[in-house]
Amino acid sequence: MKHLDRRRFYGTLAGLTLALLCVALFSLAVGPTLLSPFQVSGALFDPDSSGPTADIVRRIRLPRIALAGLVGACLSTSGVIFQALLRNPLADPYVLGVSGGAALGGILALSLGASLGFGYGAVPIAAFAGCLITTFLLYLIAGRSQRVSATGLLLTGVVFNAFASAAIVFMASLAGMLESGRIFVWLIGNLSSARIDLWPWLMTFLILGLGCAMPLARGLNALALGEETAEQLGVATERARRLLVLATSLMVGAAVSVAGLVGFVGLIIPHLLRLLLGPDHRLLLPAAALGGAGFLILCDTIARTLLGGRELPVGAVTALLGGPLFLYLLRSDRGRMLGASSPSEVRGR
Amino acid sequence: MTVKPLLAFEDVALSLGGQEILRGVSLAVKPGEVVGLLGRNGAGKTSLIRMATRQWTPQQGQIRLEGRPIDAVSRRELARCLATVPQDVHIPFPFRAGEVVLMGRIPHQRALGFETQEDLEIARSAMAEVGVSSLADRPIDELSGGERQLVLFARALAQRPACLLLDEPTAFLDLRHRMDVLEVVRRFAANGGAAIVVSHDFSLAARVCDRIAVLAGGRVVADGLPGEVLSREGVAAGFGVDVHILEAPDGSPVVVPRFER
Repeated sequence: MKHLDRRRFYGTLAGLTLALLCVALFSLAVGPTLLSPFQVSGALFDPDSSGPTADIVRRIRLPRIALAGLVGACLSTSGVIFQALLRNPLADPYVLGVSGGAALGGILALSLGASLGFGYGAVPIAAFAGCLITTFLLYLIAGRSQRVSATGLLLTGVVFNAFASAAIVFMASLAGMLESGRIFVWLIGNLSSARIDLWPWLMTFLILGLGCAMPLARGLNALALGEETAEQLGVATERARRLLVLATSLMVGAAVSVAGLVGFVGLIIPHLLRLLLGPDHRLLLPAAALGGAGFLILCDTIARTLLGGRELPVGAVTALLGGPLFLYLLRSDRGRMLGASSPSEVRGR
Repeated sequence: MTVKPLLAFEDVALSLGGQEILRGVSLAVKPGEVVGLLGRNGAGKTSLIRMATRQWTPQQGQIRLEGRPIDAVSRRELARCLATVPQDVHIPFPFRAGEVVLMGRIPHQRALGFETQEDLEIARSAMAEVGVSSLADRPIDELSGGERQLVLFARALAQRPACLLLDEPTAFLDLRHRMDVLEVVRRFAANGGAAIVVSHDFSLAARVCDRIAVLAGGRVVADGLPGEVLSREGVAAGFGVDVHILEAPDGSPVVVPRFER
């Protein structure tokens, strides 16, 4: 009987960590100035190294990679949690409009902040609030029951995203951000102008999010059997839900306030990892963090090198990869993805 | 000497959304006993089970587990004593059947960590008992409705509960598997377990259950030996259907609806 044991758990995570380090190393070496692995490791590990190479590696590429990795990890982990809570493999902070809510919160703080007198520090808090409110709205619409129509949920996300984008453009034009092009950071996700000093926040929220989710991982597994069965297995589903909504809101809020609307990370990575590793959340959660980090570092490397001197927004890269995959998923297994309900789910008394 | 009931509903009343579902319901099941719960659709059978698992709280009356009010029992402890088999559920992720059965061990495990050798043994024997060992490594969403039902049943057994609450456990099963499940329920009771089985199959319930209770109009209208409860008058009172009561060679009643054509 196949099951998750210690060896598979630690072995898989070690493998993924190794892969993540390789991706990071590759990303450190690639850019307008191509560096050799030796130059990279010299700049990283030799305390006496100085000069342009050390500057490029330490001051420019490393912080950006750290940021990309943390944003990817936060989004991907949130994706897994949303999918488990909503019992739907298509749930993802971007698709559901939760990221849009965060961006809207962020842009509100940014555009009103100057006139109201609070600084940039309010942006992550407002983004977090935007996340919470959107998630709360989703639950209001979806209801508590198991009979959440996935189609309804996704439609809500689509509509909310359109609304959020329009509202973001509106707020930005009021604040005179349209001309500067800064608006793109929020609408499509970009790391080129991200504030490097925010990484400790991202790190804190990621650890907090994983710290909340890991002890509940087995409960999330049970939730796949339905909320009722999970409760009958001793899982406090309501408490778990509240805690995890808070945790994901912190992660998504932080990620969006750093990188804007980076889409599909929370969809692609959990899906691929579920195919490779199985759906056990005890392994899936940490694996999604590592996989999401590696994926976004790779996407960001493509974003900053593909067009030579000019940079693409990283959100464009993830959306170009994620959009088709999303459609493929919808098509390939419509019944399961859209949560086709069996007749007996309409319960008797 | 009288045996104390394992699970007892005492004068329980439940209303949902202003609508009265159950009133003054008393029902008890003792160790070693299988109680059949019959009633029309919407009679409150599933509600009774949901109150036992604390999904719903009765407005009146008390539910006791081994004499203790269930409000005083922790959720985990309750999960170690009571196990249910839900009516067919949609499982959104491709867990393997074996992994689903292992989930039955959740109330016995610490939050973090892995399944112990004992957990694996218990899950294996539960699967063997229900006859689904060969499905262990198959994704649950590739199984047929009946196979999935059996896996969920094995999952409930892996919980090693004192009491099984089965809500139409055989609804999706063919006759062979139906018999298998009911034989497992009988063995479970023979080993000191208690079971409440919700069913719409009178004749099968009559063969398997020690006692049969009928819910109608929010009350228990009959509670007794299958032969007593499943009379022509009894079925007419509980279900509003005119039936023939035949007798199987072993003496248990066989209920056949009268049908003019």
